[in-house]
Amino acid sequence: MNDASMSAEMTANLSKSLDFDQAAKPKVVAKDVNVFYGEKQALFDVSIDIVEKSVTAFIGPSGCGKSTFLRCINRMNDTIEGCVVKGGISLDGDDIYAPSLDVVELRARVGMVFQKPNPFPKSIYENVSYGPRIHGLARGKTELDEIVESSLKRAGLWEEVKDRLNEPGTGLSGGQQQRLCIARAIAVSPEVILMDEPCSALDPIATARIEELIDELRANFTIIIVTHSMQQAARVSQRTAFFHLGILVELGATEQIFTNPSDKRTQDYITGRFG
Amino acid sequence: MVDIATRPPIDWSTPAARARRKSRYAANRRLQAYGIAAISLAIGLLGILIISLIATGYSAFVTTRITVDFPISTEYVNPEDPARGNYRAVVKAGIEELFPNVTGPDERALGQLLTNNTQFMVRDAVVADPSVIGGKLSLSVPASDPFDQLNKGLVDRNTPEDERRVTDQQIQWFDQLEAEGRVSTPFNWGLFFNSDSRFPELAGLAGAIVGSFYALLVCFLVAFPIGIAAAIYLEEFAPRNRWTDLIEVNINNLAAVPSIVFGLLGLAVFLNFIGLPRSAPLVGGLVLALMTLPTIIIVTRASLKAIPPSIREAGLGIGASKHQMVMHHVLPLALPGILTGTIIGLAQALGETAPLLLIGMNAFITSPPGGILDAATALPTQVFIWADSPERGFVALTSAGILVLLGFLIIMNSIAIFLRQRLERSW
Ligand SMILES: Nc1ncnc2c1ncn2[C@@H]1O[C@H](COP(=O)(O)OP(=O)(O)OP(=O)(O)O)[C@@H](O)[C@H]1O
Ligand SMILES: [Mg+2]
Repeated sequence: MNDASMSAEMTANLSKSLDFDQAAKPKVVAKDVNVFYGEKQALFDVSIDIVEKSVTAFIGPSGCGKSTFLRCINRMNDTIEGCVVKGGISLDGDDIYAPSLDVVELRARVGMVFQKPNPFPKSIYENVSYGPRIHGLARGKTELDEIVESSLKRAGLWEEVKDRLNEPGTGLSGGQQQRLCIARAIAVSPEVILMDEPCSALDPIATARIEELIDELRANFTIIIVTHSMQQAARVSQRTAFFHLGILVELGATEQIFTNPSDKRTQDYITGRFG
Repeated sequence: MVDIATRPPIDWSTPAARARRKSRYAANRRLQAYGIAAISLAIGLLGILIISLIATGYSAFVTTRITVDFPISTEYVNPEDPARGNYRAVVKAGIEELFPNVTGPDERALGQLLTNNTQFMVRDAVVADPSVIGGKLSLSVPASDPFDQLNKGLVDRNTPEDERRVTDQQIQWFDQLEAEGRVSTPFNWGLFFNSDSRFPELAGLAGAIVGSFYALLVCFLVAFPIGIAAAIYLEEFAPRNRWTDLIEVNINNLAAVPSIVFGLLGLAVFLNFIGLPRSAPLVGGLVLALMTLPTIIIVTRASLKAIPPSIREAGLGIGASKHQMVMHHVLPLALPGILTGTIIGLAQALGETAPLLLIGMNAFITSPPGGILDAATALPTQVFIWADSPERGFVALTSAGILVLLGFLIIMNSIAIFLRQRLERSW
């Protein structure tokens, strides 16, 4: 991790965080990621390790590039015209921007939950079974049924919808829809789940349920969550990364970031001086 | 610059403020009045059109029939071969029985009461039921056009005799038949089940309806898949560059090209170059497909565009390929809009006349086309042919043909509206 091109400040931050997870295995490693939207550069030399089976929170003021970076990890930026990603991101050591890599497979391994719940306008069952079906993960109907049931159970939605699996997913409440989207994402057994402000459209009770859920999912999945809520970041994450103006300012244990940030900008942000 | 905090509070009740509000409401009311006036004008004009069509066309929806008892004697009709009898003589005998006193040159004038094709109708009836040979056949046959008009009150009995197509003598005979209860005025099913004829009392739209159906079928089968495929490619897969911009502009241009140009193209390419048969619904359908294609591409692209990006992201995010995303999620959601647009495009094609005239789909055919390669007419070209015919009866038929065409258009557009309301969804 001692890249010569990195600023001294950043190296200091990163080695500090590295101390913290010496034992932990990095699942996703980004190195000098620069992202451009046409002429405009949105991310500058972002290097980060995401630890396996833990929750990493991305915080930072609006427009600082959190979503942009998140979408680099499952290559959703490919779909944006004029978006260019430079640098390297690897998943379990494999470069995800290598020409030989299959995006479809990558997105099965790296699931995503979006800011606004976006269930397919199909039945609840079809929403959850769609991923396993297109990836051929189930042999036969009974196996598919099992996957649907277990995914909905893990997303904490089973009890509420087990009697109406054939009703449209869009007929659920906002919080239920978001849990349905989480069930849909975990149905393909991804290794990493990316969540872009998953609770921003939800009320506090639904938010609490999703947070509980994230805490449970941590045992099996590597989770990256973008959030604007400091409290949420503090509650659900083990590590927190602070972005500012396209730069990864600071990355560290959540506790340390919130109690003893080493960068002035982080300090200003978490104390509410800007953002 | 005035600091907003130090500005005095605004007084909303000054006369000036009140006048401003008042003029704003007045502008509101004026805009509404203009809108209502415009709509009333449009509805009024449409009403005048429909009323004038009904006024001239209604009489074509009924027909005049005269019931005659034809003696089918074995002298004229051979029971072994009823199809080849001398039915001219049979008809003559039937008329003579009605008016035994009329002889000589008057008999010809008497024969003009019935339609020209009476002998063939009698023949067909006899062939269908040979048991009448040797007995009498009571058959109600259409009156010829002048008497049809007379019966419908469209001939003024007060005009001088030499200025109308029926003589006083003939009117007297007709009135006599009417008094005997032999004249009836039933609904004119022939309008829908007969093909074209030189005689207005026999002419119908069957050939044109079948011809239009075949042409629209060809048009749909060609334009729908090609249009959707082109739209999906342009909207979902094509890179945005100068070439696709050029294609897009040209598709929009194509939609604005006058239809007669497509007719000329069809004439040059399909008839002269490829050598497809003239007047055939196949060629008509291909030409209409060229015209409908831009419409379908444009509505399909608009429908695809209307699908929210979140659905696409959901599909891609779970690892669907682009093809799966389009086929499983985007296209099914866009389908109602596509269908609606397609039906409206087909309705336009149904009313299209000029290109069909150019490729000869205004053939005079007396039986419906048997397939897409037979010579045919279409509804609008049939109206065109009738509008060009001199007989009085065709005037009413022309209006009736337009009414039938409008009826089909209204049905198609209603289906489109129904589909749109039924399948519309909101996100
Ligand atoms: N599709 C795009 N095209 C052009 N510029 C974009 C696009 N998406 C994002 N940007 C720009 O990139 C920068 C980072 O945007 P990004 O969406 O990553 O911010 P963010 O941190 O997620 O903000 P927020 O917290 O408001 O969601 C912004 O300046 C934004 O204007
Ligand atoms: Mg964002």
